[in-house]
Amino acid sequence: MNIFVCVKQVPDTETKVQPSADGTFIETSSIKWIMNPYDEFAVEQALLVKADNPGATVTVVRVGGVKDTEALRTALAMGADDAILVEAEDNLDSYSIAKALKGAIEKSGKQPDVIFAGKQGIDDDCLQVPQVLAQMMDLPSVSVIVGYEKSGDKLSVKREVEGGALEVYEVSTPCVLATNKGINTPRYASLPGIMKAKRKPMQQLSLADVGVSADDRRVKYSDFQLPPEKPAGKKFDATDEAKQHEVVAEVVKLLREEAKVI
Amino acid sequence: MDFQLSPEQKEMKDMALKFAKNELIPKAQEYDEKGVFPMDEFKHAWELGLINTCIPAEFGGAGFSAMDSVIIGEALAYGCMGMNTSFMANDLALLPIVIAGTKEQKEKFLKPFAESFKIASFCLTEPGHGSDAAGIKTLFKDGGDHWIVNGSKMWITNAGYADQYVVYGTIDPKLGHKGISALVIPADTPGIVIGKKEDKMGHRSSDTRGIQFENVKVPKDNMLGQPGEGWAIAMKTLDHSRPLVASSAVGGSQRALECAIEYSKQRTQFGVPIAKHQAIQFMIADMAMKTEASRLLVHKAAWLLDNGQRNTEIASYAKAFAADSCMQNTTDAVQIYGGYGYSKEYPVEKLMRDAKLIQIYEGTSQIQRLVIAREVIGK
Repeated sequence: MNIFVCVKQVPDTETKVQPSADGTFIETSSIKWIMNPYDEFAVEQALLVKADNPGATVTVVRVGGVKDTEALRTALAMGADDAILVEAEDNLDSYSIAKALKGAIEKSGKQPDVIFAGKQGIDDDCLQVPQVLAQMMDLPSVSVIVGYEKSGDKLSVKREVEGGALEVYEVSTPCVLATNKGINTPRYASLPGIMKAKRKPMQQLSLADVGVSADDRRVKYSDFQLPPEKPAGKKFDATDEAKQHEVVAEVVKLLREEAKVI
Repeated sequence: MDFQLSPEQKEMKDMALKFAKNELIPKAQEYDEKGVFPMDEFKHAWELGLINTCIPAEFGGAGFSAMDSVIIGEALAYGCMGMNTSFMANDLALLPIVIAGTKEQKEKFLKPFAESFKIASFCLTEPGHGSDAAGIKTLFKDGGDHWIVNGSKMWITNAGYADQYVVYGTIDPKLGHKGISALVIPADTPGIVIGKKEDKMGHRSSDTRGIQFENVKVPKDNMLGQPGEGWAIAMKTLDHSRPLVASSAVGGSQRALECAIEYSKQRTQFGVPIAKHQAIQFMIADMAMKTEASRLLVHKAAWLLDNGQRNTEIASYAKAFAADSCMQNTTDAVQIYGGYGYSKEYPVEKLMRDAKLIQIYEGTSQIQRLVIAREVIGK
């Protein structure tokens, strides 16, 4: 059984993000990268499936910058068997990433049985790659899954919908499954795992190797900016009882007309 | 010269810190208050390879360097200095076996710790002998094919939970340090009486007790080295364990520093966050300097060990400086928090109580200065 996991490397959640000088992305020179937290659920699920299927292998695939390979190394240290890294700029759009992932999976020579991915990257929050990848590979896909079970020769997966309800889908394999928080508790990479990861194979490919060119870009980024600073709050003096009526009227007016919250 | 951690060391540090933040910090306050032994966390840490970092690969360990060990130790102590005392005590009690054990002894007393979760205790201090370790009174009497052990030990970490003890005693008190010897004693050996749990100021989650040995029969094969070699074994153990204990102080200092920075940005006085006041800035700058200087000394002490060089002097620099800095930093963190810092609702008063012990155990700050003075002035 060949299990694939698509992982993304994102800035650590505690990073103070700054736009890059040319405005096409964020400043990445001093960023501490981590594996996208939703992808940790994907890696864990892949490892759980591997444990239930003797002989199964887990291959992790990432498209992005190669200066730091934190996310893939973490996945290998958690227990994945091998890794494929497609070198690309860190601000690739969803379409190009999906196409590169497809190319890398095909290039591995292994027929995928299940492809896991986190439901979204916590950096740009696009929620697109798993679905686009499934479409390109002509595979069924279910996203935002919080449950995974084998059901005969199919898979039964649960997906969260609004209001806390669950939808249950039967999916044939191969398929693409995008994991959400709650499906499992990702393991820590153990220290022996970290030592072993050094010796696990990591194949490095270029975008050209996986059939992606500049023409594939559907979204061009420009003019990254920080959100405007919050204006200072307004203070109202309601200590004078005689004027409280006026103050309340003023607050209500501002909430309605300025803040537009009531 | 390279001050960079290797990519693997960075990953180990990140992983150990993640564990400390997710698993230790959330429990630290409750365990401190109630004096709960961190059994679940201890086991979990063992499963992840964070415990017994001293066991060589040949006997089932991961084969970590001393540098790896202090990186891991700092991260765990960042989570809780008290819990880390329990964790670290395993290394302290296994190191004499790593240092002086025969291959058979390592197979028998070291390997089981790599194969399954076990707890070990190091028994040197006695009710009447702390810094003056050469004067210990626990007697190893020759009983033919075994030693008969009689005596009391005090302030023994993990005593109530240990599966195995390394016990220091003398074959003849008249011989002074030349009579000191070391025995490995399994906890189920008859005649071991475990005392009551001590009610301590800090490190309250670590289990500290006295132990009595009453006519405990121990096979002669369990002696590390020859009779009378215990002193040399203990001194070599300290060369390894002092950087480790010092790393715990670095973890405490780092935590105090981060708490102080965070709080000083939130707390407003005179219309601005207190981090804008120079008085607070200078305290924080001192804390940052001391933390980094402690870390560098610890790393150097570990580096010397890994490169087969004598580290006694630098290990004492590291131990004394890191412990004293940790005490100062945690005290300053309480000062920066003001009244809130004195309250148990905030984390810093615990840090201050925990820091105090690091100036005392594993050689007091004064003993370290004695060692240093002997090294630099000459005996």
